[in-house]
Amino acid sequence: MYKYDEFDSRLVTERAEQFRRQVKRRLSGELSEDQFKPLRLMNGLYLQLHAYMLRVNVPYGMLSSTQMRKLAHIARKYDRGYGHFTTRQNIQYNWIQLEQVPDLLAELAQVEMHAIQSSGNCIRNVTSDQYAGVAADELEDPRVWCEIIRQWSTLHPEFSFLPRKFKIAVTGSPNDRAAVQVHDIGLRMHRNDDGQAGFEVIVGGGQGRTPHIGKTIREWLEPEHLLSYLEAILRVYNQDGRRDNMYKSRIKILVHEIGADTFRELVETEWAELRDSELRLPQSEIDRISACFAPPDYPRRADAKTLLDSQAAARPDFAAWLHSNIAEHKVPGYAIVNISLKSLAAPPGDMTAKQMVAAADLADEYGFGELRVNHRQNLVLPDVPQEQLLELWQKLNTHGLGTANIGHVSDIVACPGLDYCSLANARSIPIAQEINARFQDLDRVHDIGELSINISGCMNACGHHHVGNIGILGVDKKGKEYYQFTLGGSSGRDAALGERTGRGFPAAEAVDAVESIIATYLRLRASDERFVDTYRRVGMEPFQEALYGAA
Amino acid sequence: MLSLMPQIVIANSLADGFVVFLTASNGWSSRVRDATVAHDDADAEVLLRSAKAAAENNLVIDPYLIAVELKGDAPEPTEYREYIRVFGPSVAIPSGQ
Ligand code: SF4
Repeated sequence: MYKYDEFDSRLVTERAEQFRRQVKRRLSGELSEDQFKPLRLMNGLYLQLHAYMLRVNVPYGMLSSTQMRKLAHIARKYDRGYGHFTTRQNIQYNWIQLEQVPDLLAELAQVEMHAIQSSGNCIRNVTSDQYAGVAADELEDPRVWCEIIRQWSTLHPEFSFLPRKFKIAVTGSPNDRAAVQVHDIGLRMHRNDDGQAGFEVIVGGGQGRTPHIGKTIREWLEPEHLLSYLEAILRVYNQDGRRDNMYKSRIKILVHEIGADTFRELVETEWAELRDSELRLPQSEIDRISACFAPPDYPRRADAKTLLDSQAAARPDFAAWLHSNIAEHKVPGYAIVNISLKSLAAPPGDMTAKQMVAAADLADEYGFGELRVNHRQNLVLPDVPQEQLLELWQKLNTHGLGTANIGHVSDIVACPGLDYCSLANARSIPIAQEINARFQDLDRVHDIGELSINISGCMNACGHHHVGNIGILGVDKKGKEYYQFTLGGSSGRDAALGERTGRGFPAAEAVDAVESIIATYLRLRASDERFVDTYRRVGMEPFQEALYGAA
Repeated sequence: MLSLMPQIVIANSLADGFVVFLTASNGWSSRVRDATVAHDDADAEVLLRSAKAAAENNLVIDPYLIAVELKGDAPEPTEYREYIRVFGPSVAIPSGQ
């Protein structure tokens, strides 16, 4: 894992102290709310429906057990004993008091964490594959590049006042788990014809009220040119992106309005000036950062498949968990474990301080003290010996963390919605919980198979509903909560935006609508076909018929 | 429409951010039953003016009027957004585990 150098530490500590002075001036009345608001937002502090909300960056979703314990401590000391993991791999606290934020930030700085650039029109936390460094299908570890981007983009003076916020995602695997096609910039590593690894550069993807799948503007970019190329893109956007209308100011609108070809030409012209500047990455720097992500010394282990099979045969619940929550590790004898934060007990992505400490302890006991947050609001323990999976599962269960539903119907992504968010039109969490409650029978959940449901409480689409296989968008219709459905969305390699089914449903009918969509799928699916494949094969009509009756 | 309904002033307290209500003594309380109720638009204007002064004096942020119904012993917002602001999230706060 990357360790802060002197420069990083000084930066976050000084920033926390600077904010301490700003808060003091605000509380004394020296600064008005109008003057203070941009300052607090630059430090990730929002004002929501009930209180201030603080968004803390988890760089590319990676946490040490020490950091996780600190997050738990913060939840207890400064909040109401829990936190919310977001679709951008960050954590949000919902009940933070302004007066206490300076102390909180100072505590975060002790574990190399901060909230800088977690809000505002700047380059936000770079997101990545939660299986980075351990996935069996990985070409190269994307965290190296995420860290390089993090250092370049942190307090980048030229890009601290962009037309709008800016999100970058990186994947090092052909199986995209980082949703790179729906980010402002998506980087996908692959090999060129000479077998050299480099980046496909995808620009202008995004969700919100005008969703777009990104356009590839460069098929292959040599890694040493990564920063100069990113800088060229940001320059074009910074200069030409619209600033007259906040709904039209994301890079996706610019790319869409001028066209990907014109955009590419502008970038290439800019890049010609930049490519051989000091932004060109020397191999020594790439090596230095790579060394931070060197794989741990894995004790040799035999493949434990036979043992697991026999354990699973005796325990159907364990078998189900193995089936849904375990991913293949690149090292024999090890497994990647997904911890579901989608039990019935709490809103999607929410975790109590006690659970955070438990997860941190388990990361130490069954791994190398590392955890990951993924963009579907779950956690990952990346390095678990296969022969210890049963033991780990039993312990996870005692903490309410053993739900066997990753990638399945009850693994619902939901934004905070109107229960917390001041921009919301409707609630998201209760709908997620009702669906979850409706699908508690594990056999049924596993029979339905791979399926993603995403819920957003407004057009801003923080719940990524456009790319859910079933997307649900909360709207306000004459003072009542309604839910519109989209089908066929996906954020993986086969990224697609969902299509609207038709008129929305009142809250009381929303879960029945989900049931009806799933029943239609089960009726029409061919053998092992996933929901999204059935949808792509049969189209919208049968689903509309089920939802609204024959036309 | 607002004018036909009783109204109260809601805001966030500056220092801790929590939701507060303007009281009859021109103070702020976190309990909605302490809120002072305006029964017509003229009264409501007076309340809002005093709330805005409190905002300028850096006690609260973003005060505004909301329509309420007077049921039981506490005013109840008529709009569900405000209802959630007043009574908290409609889902349980995670605890225990
Ligand atoms: S989608 Fe809307 S309601 Fe949900 S968190 Fe984002 S802004 Fe808030």
